[in-house]
Amino acid sequence: MTFGQLPYDVAHLLGGGMLLLSFVLLYQRRIGAVINALALQGAILALAAAWQGFMQGAPQLYLTALIAFGAKAVLIPFALRALLRRFDLHRNVETALGIGPSLVAGVALVALAILVVLPITAGSKAIAREDLALALSVVLLGMLMMITRRNAILQVVGLMTLENGLILAAVGVAGMPLVVELSTAALVMMLLVVGGVFVFQIRERFDTVDTSFLEIHRGERP
Amino acid sequence: MMPLSWALVFLPWAGALLLVAMPRERPAALANIGVSALSFLLSLFLLGHPGGTQGWTHIDALNTPLVVLSFLIGLTTAVFSLGAIAAEGFDALRLRAYHVAFQVFMGAQALALLADNMGVMWVAIEIATLASVLIVAVHGTPAAIEAAWKLFILCGVGIALALFGTIILYLAAQPFVGHGDSGLSWEVLLGLAARCDPGVLNLAFVFLLVGYGTKAGLVPLHSWLPDAEAEGPIAISAVLSGLLLNAALHAVVRAKAVIGAHPGTVPPGPFLIAFGLASLLLAAFALWRRRDARRFFAWSSIEHMGLATLAFGMGGPVANLAGLLHMLGHSLTKSAVFFGVGHAAQLKGSQKTADIAGLCASRPALGWGLALAIAAVAGLPPFALFASEFLLLTEAAAHHWWLIAPLGLGLLTAAAAKIHTLQALCLGDPTPDAGDAPPRWTDRTTLGPLWVHLGLALMLGAALPASLSALLAAAARIPG
Repeated sequence: MTFGQLPYDVAHLLGGGMLLLSFVLLYQRRIGAVINALALQGAILALAAAWQGFMQGAPQLYLTALIAFGAKAVLIPFALRALLRRFDLHRNVETALGIGPSLVAGVALVALAILVVLPITAGSKAIAREDLALALSVVLLGMLMMITRRNAILQVVGLMTLENGLILAAVGVAGMPLVVELSTAALVMMLLVVGGVFVFQIRERFDTVDTSFLEIHRGERP
Repeated sequence: MMPLSWALVFLPWAGALLLVAMPRERPAALANIGVSALSFLLSLFLLGHPGGTQGWTHIDALNTPLVVLSFLIGLTTAVFSLGAIAAEGFDALRLRAYHVAFQVFMGAQALALLADNMGVMWVAIEIATLASVLIVAVHGTPAAIEAAWKLFILCGVGIALALFGTIILYLAAQPFVGHGDSGLSWEVLLGLAARCDPGVLNLAFVFLLVGYGTKAGLVPLHSWLPDAEAEGPIAISAVLSGLLLNAALHAVVRAKAVIGAHPGTVPPGPFLIAFGLASLLLAAFALWRRRDARRFFAWSSIEHMGLATLAFGMGGPVANLAGLLHMLGHSLTKSAVFFGVGHAAQLKGSQKTADIAGLCASRPALGWGLALAIAAVAGLPPFALFASEFLLLTEAAAHHWWLIAPLGLGLLTAAAAKIHTLQALCLGDPTPDAGDAPPRWTDRTTLGPLWVHLGLALMLGAALPASLSALLAAAARIPG
């Protein structure tokens, strides 16, 4: 199965769509728009999982797709929006590294992912290795977002795209056992991050989770 | 009949269900001790178990001592918690959350060590992380929430990367395994590793090392650890540093065994040596700048995990034995120190080193017990850490001569910092007690666990029983 055949092309289109949305997440300046992009990425992830389920003849992946859609395209974005409204947070993205340099760094990370994955997986099937390169790119861009954004809510978004990349990798590897269980367990963690914010009523801290604020509590300063 | 390994996981979890219904302080703390004691007794059956793989779990020489030790420290921590809990000032909800999270953590810890399936191990470490986040955050103070948030985000990234490593390791084994769960079994992977593609194995190891290494507190991925151990409830520092770090390092060691089984991969040992040395040296110098007693000993955990990682990186039966002995000895002595320091912090109403002084004069039993425990953590003879560090140095001298200088520098700097803190905490003029110091009987729930740990550390260091020594020697052959 190579380029030009429908199953391969659709899988690539969906994986590429997720990567594109990772870049969209990096250049948005409004938190509301970031949450929309995250929801769209979750929906595409669900489609990718369902498509892999169809291609591999693995019905359990439909379940993964369903859970991913319900949680990542609907529930979590809804909760994040409620959070924004209720706590009246700053609506603007505060960056530690500017938008332009972030995008340059993002392109470099994608190049790195391709350079790392493609040569060493030469023995594997083309679809698995190229999916893995896309997934690794999404993972690295998620980490980049966590590093370069100051608002805690954007760090949560970064962690979620990182996890989206993981699930994309897991569904792309044919025959991987426990995919449903592992993706659900990873999702539980994301739900708890969002839930923890509600329970502990982290409000002002949301805007100031950066190291300068943390040091006050460290007991290292007299 | 449930297999022993699953019974060890579900007994604490059943205990957690029981503890949900116990809102009063003393009965809940006693029930917590009861569940922990039952789990510990059950774990002793592991020592007589023939071993082997059963479904998703396996019992072998490497995980048996770690599991038994985990449940032992779980029990002593539960006893210590009985005395320490009154001063925490929990309301009914927080009290239940604290006890439930404690037992959920214990079950997940056992599963993380006993799992043969990498996916199950990953889920177990995730559950243990979530439970520890809950415990660290339980006070709800700004400092506690900051610490929990940092733990959550950093370890969230860590375990996400570990899952990516798990997926890639499966990708490496995929051409050789049939359908079913066997593609994620450590044992099957160990057998297949020599046939897998070395490039894919290398990539998998990078992610597993960075992922689980974050959870093991290796430099430069350590920054969550001092906060988590200093801001959570006092009893929890003992299990966080004694147990969770071991489970993560155990996962790294298993991964190293699989990757190292292929002759064509980049050797994993030097990576572990580099991470270990960085942890040792950074922590040894960072120790001198700490003014908070609990943070000081949290940094010392980073140093000791670095030493154990270094030992496993050197590889071979002797160095592995040193690494394993170091993990066991560190868990025992460090939790003993946390019992003593935690109790002293409650007596003085502050955990700053300057506010706790002269314990030997004001509370001789606590003061001398703590002094001995700190000496044991500093690696002084005749305790276990002296034996493992001595073994490590002789092995380094024999095979990696260039390691001697940095290793010696790190060990001496760290030991000197600890002796300095020992003097500050235990000797000198006593500081006044806080007005609401805990009652006298809590001395017993502190000193009992502390002396049990010191006694066992002494046994590990000076008079290892033949059966245990045979078990450890068998374990030392597993990581390769």
